[in-house]
Amino acid sequence: MVPGVEERGLVEALRRGEEQVLLEALRRGDEAAFLALVNRHHGAMVRLARAFVRSDAVAEEVAQEAWLAALEGLAAFRGEAGVKGWLLAIVANRARSRAVREARSVPMSSLASRDDDGDAGPAVDPDRFLPADHPQWPGHWSAPPSAFPEAQLLAAEAAGVARTAIAALPGRQQAVITLRDVEGLSAEEACLALGLSEENQRVLLHRARSRVRAELERYFTEGDRP
Amino acid sequence: MTPSDPGPSCQELVELVTDYLESRLAPAARARFEAHLGGCDGCVAFVEQLRQTVRVAGRAREDDVPEPARKALLEAFRGWKK
Repeated sequence: MVPGVEERGLVEALRRGEEQVLLEALRRGDEAAFLALVNRHHGAMVRLARAFVRSDAVAEEVAQEAWLAALEGLAAFRGEAGVKGWLLAIVANRARSRAVREARSVPMSSLASRDDDGDAGPAVDPDRFLPADHPQWPGHWSAPPSAFPEAQLLAAEAAGVARTAIAALPGRQQAVITLRDVEGLSAEEACLALGLSEENQRVLLHRARSRVRAELERYFTEGDRP
Repeated sequence: MTPSDPGPSCQELVELVTDYLESRLAPAARARFEAHLGGCDGCVAFVEQLRQTVRVAGRAREDDVPEPARKALLEAFRGWKK
């Protein structure tokens, strides 16, 4: 048994149990239970919506609509996906159709730039490697990276750099990294919420992480904010 | 893996790191990946950077629900209760 796995399972079970209690209170119309759920999940819902729509205000609106839809659907909710996964799936659906509606009224170019994540751009700038025809070390680092300094990594500023870099990602990459790395959902939960295949999800996650890594590296080596 | 198998180059390896961290590499590919790490400080540092990126992203949240949103949601909830 790998240490930590069992413990994580226990924490997860406690969290689920607690959420069941909150849901039952919610069904009885308990305001405190509602506010507890809002405090816990609203931020994640807005962040996810923001990956699909063009402004913070619209993202906030989508998240609020999703809460209403959740309340309407509360009676039918069985709880197998977990409350967070359930709420985020509602947000993803609504944000997606909202984005489609928005796209009809905005120039195509702005949609294209936002959804430009289908390309297979490299994870790292090719200039960082020796050329493929190098006699001895083709494809080897010419400018190898070094691990980020731990102390600075813990500073609030590093988190700010990551936040800005994530906000600048194309929509689907932003949605995947938000669910996986910012909100800590599992691959299965993220796939369910976003309607992606596991492999597609992983490809998008790798591109997103690679871009955020590159921005962090730039920040640590040049002191630049993205 | 045979001794003549060169395994991935650094440039190829950086594309596999998320697959590696998510335990999605087939056993043979995983062995080649780890063999490469065994002899390459640059790639060890890169894998560490990606792990660090995941950790920093986990702190990239601002979780206070703004007061107007809280108010609007509470009103919506009260409407739903009726």
